[in-house]
Amino acid sequence: MRQVLARAIGGVAIIGLIAGAAACNKSSSSDNTASGSNCGYKLAFFGALTGSAANLGVNIEQGFELAVQQYNKQKGSDCITVAKFDSQGAPEVAPGVARSLVADKKVLGIVGPPFSGESAAADPIFEAAGIPTITPSATRTSLSSSGWKVFHRAVANDDAQGPAAASYIKDVLKAQKVFVADDQSAYGAGLSDVVKKTLGSLVVQSDKTEADGKQSDFSALVSKVQASGATALFYGGYYTNAGIIRKQLTAAGWKGTLVGGDGMKDPGLAKASGTAAAVGTVVTCPCSPPEAAGGTFVNDYKAKWNQDAGTYSDVAFDAANIFLQGIDAGNTTPQKLNDYLSTVNYKGIANTYKFTSTGELDPSLIKVWAFKFDATGNPVKDQQIKTS
Amino acid sequence: MNFSGLINEFGPLTVAGLAQGAIIALFALGYTLVYGVLRLINFAHSEVFLVGTYACLIAWGWFGLDQNSAAPDLGAMLGYMALGLVVAIVASGLVALLVELVAYRPLRRRNAPPLAFLITAIGASLAISETVGVLTHRVQRGVPPIIQAKTVITIGNTHITNLQILIVVLALVMMFVLDRFINGSRLGRGIRAVAQSPDSAALMGVNKSRVISLVFLLGGLMAGIAAVMYDLKIGVTKYDAGFLLGIDAFTAAVLGGIGNLRGALVGGLLLGVLQNYAAGLFGSSWLHGAAFVLLVLILMFRPTGLLGESLGRARA
Repeated sequence: MRQVLARAIGGVAIIGLIAGAAACNKSSSSDNTASGSNCGYKLAFFGALTGSAANLGVNIEQGFELAVQQYNKQKGSDCITVAKFDSQGAPEVAPGVARSLVADKKVLGIVGPPFSGESAAADPIFEAAGIPTITPSATRTSLSSSGWKVFHRAVANDDAQGPAAASYIKDVLKAQKVFVADDQSAYGAGLSDVVKKTLGSLVVQSDKTEADGKQSDFSALVSKVQASGATALFYGGYYTNAGIIRKQLTAAGWKGTLVGGDGMKDPGLAKASGTAAAVGTVVTCPCSPPEAAGGTFVNDYKAKWNQDAGTYSDVAFDAANIFLQGIDAGNTTPQKLNDYLSTVNYKGIANTYKFTSTGELDPSLIKVWAFKFDATGNPVKDQQIKTS
Repeated sequence: MNFSGLINEFGPLTVAGLAQGAIIALFALGYTLVYGVLRLINFAHSEVFLVGTYACLIAWGWFGLDQNSAAPDLGAMLGYMALGLVVAIVASGLVALLVELVAYRPLRRRNAPPLAFLITAIGASLAISETVGVLTHRVQRGVPPIIQAKTVITIGNTHITNLQILIVVLALVMMFVLDRFINGSRLGRGIRAVAQSPDSAALMGVNKSRVISLVFLLGGLMAGIAAVMYDLKIGVTKYDAGFLLGIDAFTAAVLGGIGNLRGALVGGLLLGVLQNYAAGLFGSSWLHGAAFVLLVLILMFRPTGLLGESLGRARA
């Protein structure tokens, strides 16, 4: 009994020591960072770093982190700290992670959340805490109509992307029969609804699948697509499901074109489908080709992360710089930074950014591009789609 | 509800459902065999299947095949198929034996209560699938195009591919062989004897432990075949592939009458077809929901499943 007691006391003592040491570290490091002017704050990335759609989140996080790192090079090594919060891209995980984010009072702004589903779940928490967010990729239209003052979107929403995808199907692919399906996610269902509405009578049939990772046998969908005689399938969803669907469609002998939104714009699609099956798959994106980004971004990104900039890496880079410019100008509380965002007119590497009163990108600045998967399994730029 | 859609696509949905159902049926045999003899739901059977889906991919990988390689010619294709089947069957069979040896046999020796078996089963299932998940970084792995899908029969708007025919025929042949084995061979008689009355069987000189191992092995072999068919049909596998299909397979076993071999076949095919009809009628999002509603309805009127429960008694 005494031995047990001694161990217990010893254990508690050790934990206390570790906690104390950690606390010391923390306080000493924050002392260091407070050296420069307007330094010692944090910018957060909130989004998927793991999970089945992680690539999309990682692209954004790396663009964001690159911007902060370059800023710190000018201002002193630890001026702004990067805080990463992994939501796994899942609406059910996001709220808990968001609460741990808002508990950190040093966070002035958030780049993210990348996806629409997690945005709907996490943004109310950021709104309550008053921390401004700039999402470089969540495109569901309704996100801006919830009255969140902290919400900002650095890309066009599905009301621009959906019609653009529809006009590509109609004018470029010249499809007479189109099948529309989605994965029932906030993003996928929203986007496919817009596409359906825009295409009107060209849509012969529609269907819904389970979300990523919840379904692997799409034979019912494949049978329907084949039987419908459609020459184009629009899928509102993410790249993993889309890749598996493309593979099974090809195996069943369907020769039509798979078209999707920005959630499918990732080499992961070709990894799931096999590159041969992915060739010709079209994805639209309210973004410019990453290689078209201005400045030294493309080379800097490659040097830092040893891979090419991905979808929205450039927008995330810009979003981070918008925040950094604001902090540099002395907006060092979340409230001030949020006010600053409503006045911002920032020319970045991917676009120029100006936000409307609901946090949307100014309509005159919207760009939508189409990309096509090539034989290397990467989505390469096809053409810019007119939005009007 | 989309009745005209269902009628228009009746043929394609039926064919897709039969192919899916055949895989489910082969998979379901493992549940049914073990339940028939031990009155135990072997939840780890889904991972026996999972290991099979990876084993044949690894074997094909030895020959430099990945999902981006070109389709092999006929001779090579037959060779690869045989190799994949053998490797998957051996791997699944071994894992099934191992699960029995590590997870269940020690409990049986100590006369553990049924609940302990249930928890061990779930534990073994999770342990294997999580191990695979960590080893594969939870990323799906693509299947090489061993069989180039070709439409061989066209009836109206129904296109039947070589792969669909292969899956259904192989499942039927394996069912027939297994049925003959259980009902016609000496070892099969031992299995039926233990299923009917373990104690009397033991008194008559049947080695119960060996029969139990044999049952796990048989279930594993069938899961191995199902795994190869699954790979070829779905085109990718992932650490949770067994879990998702395992629920279907378990449902099929219950639907047909758990513990009854022919029940597993009927249940599997029926479930596959009904899921696809439900997808046609209500949309693919109802694929699983509708099938379970039907399961409940059938069990209300036939609580022991369509063909009744017992492995020992069902000899028709």
